[in-house]
Amino acid sequence: MAEAKTHELVVSVSPHIRGKETVGRIMWTVNLSLLPAFIMSVYYFGPRAVYVTGLCIVASVLFEHAFQVSLKKKTTIGDGSAFLTGLLLGLNLPASSPFFIPIIGSFIAIVITKLLFGGLGYNIFNPALIGRAFLLISFPKLLTTWTEPTAKFIDMDAKTTATPLGILKEEGLVRLMEVFGSKTELYKSLFMGSTAGSLGETSAIALLIGAALLLARGYITWHIPVSYVATVGALAWVFGGEGLFTGDPLIHILSGSLILGAFFMATDYVSGPTVRKGQLIYGIGCGAITMLIRLKGGFPEGVMFAILLMNCFAPLIDRAVKPDLFGAVKEQKK
Amino acid sequence: MSVSQKSNWELLKNGMFGENTIFRMAISLCPSIAVTNGMKNGVALGVSVVFVQTMVNVTVSLIRSFIHPKIRIPIFMLVIAGYVTIIDMLMATYARAVYKEIGLYIQIIVAFASIFARAEVFASKNRLLPSAIDGFGMGVGFLLAMIVISFFRELLGKGELWGYSFVSGNPLLIMILPAGGFLAVGLLMGFFNWIDMRFFGGKGASGV
Repeated sequence: MAEAKTHELVVSVSPHIRGKETVGRIMWTVNLSLLPAFIMSVYYFGPRAVYVTGLCIVASVLFEHAFQVSLKKKTTIGDGSAFLTGLLLGLNLPASSPFFIPIIGSFIAIVITKLLFGGLGYNIFNPALIGRAFLLISFPKLLTTWTEPTAKFIDMDAKTTATPLGILKEEGLVRLMEVFGSKTELYKSLFMGSTAGSLGETSAIALLIGAALLLARGYITWHIPVSYVATVGALAWVFGGEGLFTGDPLIHILSGSLILGAFFMATDYVSGPTVRKGQLIYGIGCGAITMLIRLKGGFPEGVMFAILLMNCFAPLIDRAVKPDLFGAVKEQKK
Repeated sequence: MSVSQKSNWELLKNGMFGENTIFRMAISLCPSIAVTNGMKNGVALGVSVVFVQTMVNVTVSLIRSFIHPKIRIPIFMLVIAGYVTIIDMLMATYARAVYKEIGLYIQIIVAFASIFARAEVFASKNRLLPSAIDGFGMGVGFLLAMIVISFFRELLGKGELWGYSFVSGNPLLIMILPAGGFLAVGLLMGFFNWIDMRFFGGKGASGV
């Protein structure tokens, strides 16, 4: 029998040479790339960061497992996508979230947004962002109560304060300068992450380290993040100040969840466009909506809603910029 | 003229479950999202629809042999508008508080696809009693849907039922906003499809 096998003609469909990349490998790498941001959040916000993020991850994984087991389907918690959803949701929540917020958010993200639409690859929206949007609309007060980063690893006496974007929106640039002292101090705080905000969004440097890993591995390309951040910067410069062309792009780029959103959530394979040209359009659209909400809308931060709105347009964008098939003849205009 | 062969009980059941306005036909969804943020409002609109639907079917059935087919749509429209005006005025007089909140949607009953559809496909072809039962069944089906949707939305969105505070704590504010309406209708529609497929061997609303 063993000899017969060697003479078998193996006929299989392409691809004949398989790459090493799998969904699981990519997802776990993305999880790993968020580790620096998580460490910074623990550093600044203390045990609450571990509690909130951990609860999100555990709840997400359990919901996915329970749902798939109860439908007698193969559980997919091993591929790390539920873990990633939980991690992203946790990093998007304020440190003071009570226990039911991560649980409800994970349920909405995993069961409603992902599994009811058919599981990973079929969800039209980014699950973690829908989870957060649901929570923000349901509990507007709890989701905008920000604690001051202490960097002392203590839990008690956490003072509540406003995010830089919140101060900018409510009280203006002058007040923001008073709080932080000088512009360089402000940039430094924003870059390192010692400002109030969601757990994982404050530290630009930690997020950029993680993003560099993803870019180096080729898991994300520059198209979406760069066009997104550049649009935000350009619009902040043109419309962000008192008059035209006097705004400060760096404040808008470094604050809020822009870096987290642009590198880790807008680049989601499932809910974003796949064609390169489309990704540029998608990034520009995200940036434009983000700045529209930040400057004219009711919320101080618009990254979440911008990405969700552009998620709706992703299939249309892909259809509009569909590349020509190899060897196809263009239809003659009459 | 095709006359319905179904028994009266079957007609009633068809309107309540088999061809439920909201969950099976997926028509008249606008009010199901707009007024179901509280049970009081949902029931008020549901009862109005039961009245209008039944009376329209009765009237259309009575005058069906006098309606010229070419102008039947305007005639239906007049009949429906007449009954909607009656219920509108009744509510404005006797249910002032509820009317202030959902008055607009009472008037919109004129444009309900379900009422129009039953007048066209059933009442204009059938005798008085089956038409009345069909209209009543359809109306009750709508009422039941409104009760179920508004039950979950009010309970989750306000922590209340029929205006009485029920659970304390943080309610899910989104459920009484329009987005929560879509969520509730979608999930309940899916749930009833599942029940239909699992226990009654149906194909679900999408499997027609």
